[in-house]
This record gives sequence, C-alpha cells and structure tokens, in this order.
Amino acid sequence: MRDVAVVGFAQSDSMRRETDRNEVEILIPVMQELRKKTGLTNDQVDFVCSGSSDYLAGQSFAFIAGLDAVGAWPPICESHLEMDGAWALYEAWVKIQMGYADLALVYGFGKPSMGDLPLTMALQLDPYTTMPLWPDAISIAAIQARLCQEGGTLSAEEMAERAVRDRGNAKSNPYAQVKGDFSVDGILADPYIANPLRKHDCSPISDGASVMIIASAEKAREFQDRPAFIRGFEHICEPMDFGVRDLTSSKSTEIAAEKAGVRADKIDVAELSAPFTHQEILVERALGLDESTNINPSGGALAGNPIMAVGLTRIGEAAARIWDGSADRAVAHATSGPCLQQNLVCLMEGN
Amino acid sequence: MAELTAVVGIGQTKYVSKRLDKSMPGLIREAAERALEDAGCTWNDIDAVIMGKAPDMFEGVMMPELFLNDAIGGAYKPMLRVHTAGSVGGSTGIVAASMVQSGIHERVLCVAYEKQSESNATWALSISLPFSLASVAGAGGYFAPLVRGYIRRSGAPEDTGIRVAVKDRQNALRNPLAHLQLKDISFEMVANSPMLWDPIRYLETCPSSDGACAMVMENEALAGKRSNKVAWIHATEMKSEPTMFSGRDQVMPQAILDNSKSLYKKAGITKPREEIDCAEIYVPFSWFEPMWMEGMRITDINQGWKMTYEGATALDGDFPVNMSGGVLSSNPIGASGLIRFAEAARQVRGIAGDHQVDGAKKALGHAYGGGSQYFSTWIVSSDKP
Repeated sequence: MRDVAVVGFAQSDSMRRETDRNEVEILIPVMQELRKKTGLTNDQVDFVCSGSSDYLAGQSFAFIAGLDAVGAWPPICESHLEMDGAWALYEAWVKIQMGYADLALVYGFGKPSMGDLPLTMALQLDPYTTMPLWPDAISIAAIQARLCQEGGTLSAEEMAERAVRDRGNAKSNPYAQVKGDFSVDGILADPYIANPLRKHDCSPISDGASVMIIASAEKAREFQDRPAFIRGFEHICEPMDFGVRDLTSSKSTEIAAEKAGVRADKIDVAELSAPFTHQEILVERALGLDESTNINPSGGALAGNPIMAVGLTRIGEAAARIWDGSADRAVAHATSGPCLQQNLVCLMEGN
Repeated sequence: MAELTAVVGIGQTKYVSKRLDKSMPGLIREAAERALEDAGCTWNDIDAVIMGKAPDMFEGVMMPELFLNDAIGGAYKPMLRVHTAGSVGGSTGIVAASMVQSGIHERVLCVAYEKQSESNATWALSISLPFSLASVAGAGGYFAPLVRGYIRRSGAPEDTGIRVAVKDRQNALRNPLAHLQLKDISFEMVANSPMLWDPIRYLETCPSSDGACAMVMENEALAGKRSNKVAWIHATEMKSEPTMFSGRDQVMPQAILDNSKSLYKKAGITKPREEIDCAEIYVPFSWFEPMWMEGMRITDINQGWKMTYEGATALDGDFPVNMSGGVLSSNPIGASGLIRFAEAARQVRGIAGDHQVDGAKKALGHAYGGGSQYFSTWIVSSDKP
C-alpha cells in the first residue's frame, strides 16, 4: 500500500436555505478558498472525483456543472459517484494506490433545500414495496430509535446527551448551523416530531459543499508539515430491507472499523456523520469509542448536515486535528442509506 | 505499479423495450448470475461490487444501488455507485478494474443497468430549472447540430450515416442479445425512415432498452491460473471537459483526443489502426462512428467517413466496429458503456459467437456522455502486456 495523506480541505457554511446560489455557485468559492490556502494549481492535479445526487438538484446529470467549479480545461482525468464525497475520496485513494495518480482533488456538494428532504429521501427506498407508502426519512429513523429504546439498547437521555455535546462543541465551529448551550432536561421537555425523536435528535437540513486534496507521501509534505496519513480506509454496505438486518447495531460500521484497524490503538479524535442522535450512539459503539476519545469536536452531522458533502467534511475536520498536532490518531465516519445502511471508516495518523 | 487485471466472466441480459417479467433487482441479478457462471464463481467469491447507471430519474429511484445491493450480492461488502453521464458504463468497468489493479481486492463484480421502461428518459433529460440554461432538446436535438458541423468540416457524403446504420443493424442480426433485429434492413429502409433531427433519421438512432451487463474481474494470481481465455486489461482512461465555453470544439472535443492519446501511451500502442483488431464504440446516432474513429485516432481528422465508405468498419473489414450491433441496436443507457467494454472483452476471449472477429487479440472499448464531454475507454487483449 502507498502511504497517502489528506493535505488540504475547505468547506462552505452549512446553510438551512441558500436562496441566491445554485449547487455549483456554492461550490465555486469553496474551491477557490482551497486553492488560495494551499496554492494548488490544476496542473498539479492528476485525478478529480466528486460525490453528489441528481435527486437533490432535481435534475439529471446535475454533477456535470461541477466541472465548471473545477475549471476542467484542458480536459481532466475525472470521475463521479452518486454518493457522499467520502466515497469519492475512496475512489481517488484507490487511483493513487494503483499508481495512476499522485495527487487528487475531491469534492462533495448538495442543495437539499430545493425540495422537501425527508420526503425526497423516501424515493431512496424499495420502489416496489416501501416507497409507495411515502415514509419520510425522519419516520424511518424513528422506527429504528424506538427499536433501540424498547430493546434497552439506549435511552432517550443518552440520545439527548449527544445533542447537547455536539451542539456545544459546534460553538467553536464557524461553519456549523445548529450550535449553542442546551441541556438534557430541556431537550427531553421538547415535544416529539416523530416519536421517540425530538427535533434535537435530528440533524438540520443543510446546503453546502466541501473540497479536499489527498496526495502520496512524496507530495504530501509540499502542502502540510504534518500530513494526515490514511492508514485504514474501508466501507461496507448492508442490505436495505429493514427486516433482514439488526437495526439496533451498525454491523457494517463494525466490519469496516475492524478491517481499518480502528481498535488497534487509542483514538484521539472521532468525527461522525450520523444524522440522528441514536445513530450516533450506534456508530460510537461500532467503532469502540469511549470517553478517552474527543468525539465530534466540530459538532458532527448533528450541527450541520450538507448531505453528499457531510461525510467528506468529517474526514476534513478529523484531518485538521492531525495537521495542528492536537491528535495523533483520528477516525472519520460517513454514512448513506436509511438506518445506517452503508458506512465508511477512514483512519488517519500523524506519524 | 498497478496489478495486472483480467475480465474472467461476462453476463448480459437480452435487450428489449420493456422487461415486464423482471423487477430491477431481477434484471441486474440475471446479468450478474450469468457473469458468475461464466467465471465459475459464486457470490461468496466476490470481494466488492461496483454498480453503474445513468441518471436516477430514468427509473425514479434515488440512488437505487442501495435497495439493489442485496440483489447483486453486495450485502456486507464494499459497494460503489458510479455515475458519469452516458459514459457511466465504461467508467463503471474502469472503477471496478481499479479496485483490483490497486491490489485492494482480488476479485470484483461490476454491474450496470437501465430499465428505461420504468420511466421516460426524454422527460428525465429535459427538466428545466429556474435561472439555469437548459436545452430541453433531448439527446437527438443536442447532437444533430454537431453532426451537421462534422459534415461541413469533413465534406462527408450525406449518406455516410445511413451506411453506418445498415452495417450496425446487419451486425445485430448476428447477436441474439441485440434489441433491434431488423431482418430486412437495407439502405433504402434507413434512407426512407422519417427525418427526426436533420440529418439524423429514425433508423439512425438508438432504441430505448431495458437491460443489464455484468463482469467479473480478477488479479493476475487468480486469472493467470485459468485454462480458458481471459481478457487482460492493458490500459484504461477517463477524460472530461466542461459542457460549454467560448471556443470549445463540441464536434471534435479535446477530451476524446486527449483520452485516446493517453490510452495508447499506457497500452504501448503506436499505430492503433494496425495494432487494434476491432472496437466497440459508443455510437447512439450513426454519424458518431466516423466522428469517433477520428477522435480515437484510428484515422486522420475529417477522414473517418472514408472508413465507413470503404467498408473498413464492417465485420469483415480491416477495422471492424460495433460487431455486436452497438448502441444503435441496444441502448439500456447506463449499461451501454459497459456493454461496449464487455463486447470488446468477448472478442479477445474468442466467445463472441456469430459476431466474432476471426483471431481478434486486441480490442478497444469506448463510451462517451454528457454533451460529448465525458470519455471512458479501455484496451483489452488475449495476451498479457
């Protein structure tokens, strides 16, 4: 395996509703900021990969316009996944592993505010059996949360603790959308929006974009004195059907974490993109995290959830803590599909 | 540095307008099972699954690979979903190959599909968003002016496209999987078909198809032990350019010229027309055969039509193109690129049946998409590099 590191990152604000700019216009200034911060020029880039979803844009081939943000001229070696940018990073990492590239530019972007996101996500479900019932994304997650609570997997208090922690951490994150001082008692006094989920158990709906540079070890130090070397990069997908998997644990995260070697040593920082508080608990457990790890210093997905960029953003937030020396070993997580169906784990080290 | 990788199993469905007997999971599973059978593998032998398809609105399911994951044996395995416009099938094959070439996996399955009968492709391609430039032209309306531009530049005779269509439709009669089987196809039949987007006639266009294509790929340690012929991947390449800007040449995009140059360099090819035995090229409208013969540097700029005219691209010509009948005969959009790649592999494995090119050892697979701006290509061979 080649040693490959995350060496550059930029993100937009997580915005509830960006009314004046389209998806690409959100992406362009983020791309410009990254170039300004790192001095990156197009001729240094061997491969470009992105993640986005046509259904968020409400348009077929919506990702093509992203090329205008990259400045794809002369023509570039490029690919796109209909997935979160975290998986686009994986494809780029593979390209570097195979020796076809030394440096790659990766981005993810989405503007879910153009539609009704919880209902749009219903279109992700089995179109023959589940989708015709139009179950929205919050209701689906609530079924999972109820299973967890009634089976004794976790409690409403533990869920509220995650919201308090993440939104508190987010106070120091200028890009975060939901932040502040909350209390467990205060949250538990709130009404349900889909029993047993309260508003604070849900991530916000966010428009946004993020951009990243990864490079082989030889090139990495041109950009960072302390690159965030990717030492484990795994992703696993479960079947979607709710009846054939255990919704009270995240088996795919467990498998990915095991293969990535997450538990081999202490984890200083973890950035998780679980969009609901009960899912964050399941992911923490699947990764084997405890109090010794600083979890979601940025606030995680519960503080800002620019879907299709949020997973890539977790990797960028974790990498930044290796760059600044506050962490030696960091893990980032991304998820996709209903009830944590598909999960990605990226383990990074400073040494 | 890259691990040598080979195609060891290929599976396709029969391509038809409406596959009413199968759901989407059933359709892709049919192709995947055939690929596994061809490779002599079971679902458990697969390390990862790579899925590709064109826009989700073609079926009306957002990120359908999630609900399809179980049907293609992806449960508790790594799964990726590729989407690079019309070139996606080719890109899916390239991403799958990279999983083995990088040394990360030993054996992967890739599947690409489209079930166009679930929705309406022209609707899905014609959505106009506020404050955005939209052609609302469908694919034919977009590409017809580019064909006109090619005719003007090259001086190609106006019936070149008709000749391509007749040739591809004759080839399709030799491929039992091809969607359109026009038994009495003739020059007159194509020439007399309605003009849809001048200069493109009805019979010079591709159909709307349901179908899926799958491939199993292995590293050298596994594939090298096989007694049957495999298709060794010599090189892959992807190139993209923006949709529009002042000065962009949409008739002969720089991205395809760059793609072919880089592809041949990686494959060690200096004289493509002599060294490559046959090609499966993405030709959704007949005129793109001569245009892409030039883009892929098989012949000189503005000379592609002569290859068609001289019969060079016919099954018995010196550079056969679209032996399977091509996109003109079967077009499940998201799969069409992977079918090109798979048919190239079938040729060098010597298992292309009645549309086999005798002694084919090295073949080119090509796909393109967007507004002639995404290009995916590969070179496969019966011999190791």
